[in-house]
Amino acid sequence: MGKVIVVTSGKGGVGKTTSTAALGAALAQRGERVAVVDFDVGLRNLDLVMGAERRVVYDLVNVIQGDAKLPQALIRDKRVETLFLLPASQTRDKDNLTPEGVERVIGELKEHFDWIICDSPAGIERGATLAMRHADVAVVVTNPEVSSVRDSDRIIGLLDSKTVKAESGERMEKHLLLTRFDQARAERGDMLKVEDVLEILSIPLLGIIPESMDVLRASNLGAPVTVADSRSAPAMAYFEAARRLAGETLPVTVPGEKRASGGLLSKIFSRRAA
Amino acid sequence: MSIFRLFRKQSSAPVARERLQLLLAHERVSTGSDLVQLLREEILAVIAKHVELDNERVQVKMDRTENVSILEIDVEIPRDAVKQAA
Ligand SMILES: Nc1ncnc2c1ncn2[C@@H]1O[C@H](COP(=O)(O)OP(=O)(O)O)[C@@H](O)[C@H]1O
Ligand SMILES: [Mg+2]
Repeated sequence: MGKVIVVTSGKGGVGKTTSTAALGAALAQRGERVAVVDFDVGLRNLDLVMGAERRVVYDLVNVIQGDAKLPQALIRDKRVETLFLLPASQTRDKDNLTPEGVERVIGELKEHFDWIICDSPAGIERGATLAMRHADVAVVVTNPEVSSVRDSDRIIGLLDSKTVKAESGERMEKHLLLTRFDQARAERGDMLKVEDVLEILSIPLLGIIPESMDVLRASNLGAPVTVADSRSAPAMAYFEAARRLAGETLPVTVPGEKRASGGLLSKIFSRRAA
Repeated sequence: MSIFRLFRKQSSAPVARERLQLLLAHERVSTGSDLVQLLREEILAVIAKHVELDNERVQVKMDRTENVSILEIDVEIPRDAVKQAA
């Protein structure tokens, strides 16, 4: 049975779609079977970031409404064979996502894939709560900036109360993915430090993705950054995060720092990882 | 003060961090789960039976650690209220 991951944040534009594509591709590049699912119905973008926009025939809403079977809607990636995309619809809205329909589709995906990664829409409304509903693990995407941290805190509250796991009294596994991080600005004191965000949100760190032109280049080309330029700094950070998701314990590298941090950060991480 | 200090803006991240900590401690209570709402109301109701509660003198906060949430209720009790109860 596959594991369901929701990539969520509350705030828009923080890097959810970028991270869904990159983490999904990174796991598939290790040979695992991955389906990335676009829950941003009405504003679909995952297809574009993955370079599959011209191959979309059926979408999530079609499968939910029974107009298409799951295999007809899944698009296989041209570069990574074990990576598939279930696109969102552009013409309908979120009301077409029914809780029962979502449950059925996720259940079916779990039978065929090792990982199901759900790209959440922004906000805390229906679309976002449906995307997180059946998750086993949440990746909370946060920028080191006040409004993003505030929205992530709110999303953590929802993950702990509105998911199937939480409702059945289980603990929802949550990880922080800090994106668009700029070490130089953090050092100057103009950006929240990694430790600050970790302390405020109190969830373990999955990785730190640097602010980088390579991310823009990759989305221009229509490829997850781990595929477009696997040696780039953001790609390496996403590979590291994917390995942690898969259960490996690795020290966190702060992008732009000269050597692996022996400071507070690594202490925080090793304590959590222990 | 060094002359360079005059030109260097004070770093803003520590201010951001403090503002967030204060804000979130309160927001987590008002947007918290049904259980948190229930606890808050019942605890305050019990206290109100004995002390006249003034919103200004009650602080409800929630701190979060990795495994638990801590609901913190601070009630200022005026000295004469204590005397009355005694
Ligand atoms: N690490 C990064 N460095 C630079 N730009 C980034 C980074 N992550 C995301 N972006 C850019 O930020 C914008 C929003 O990202 P996106 O993944 O669509 O966010 P969301 O899905 O959360 O709305 C996009 O233009 C994307 O290319
Ligand atoms: Mg998006």
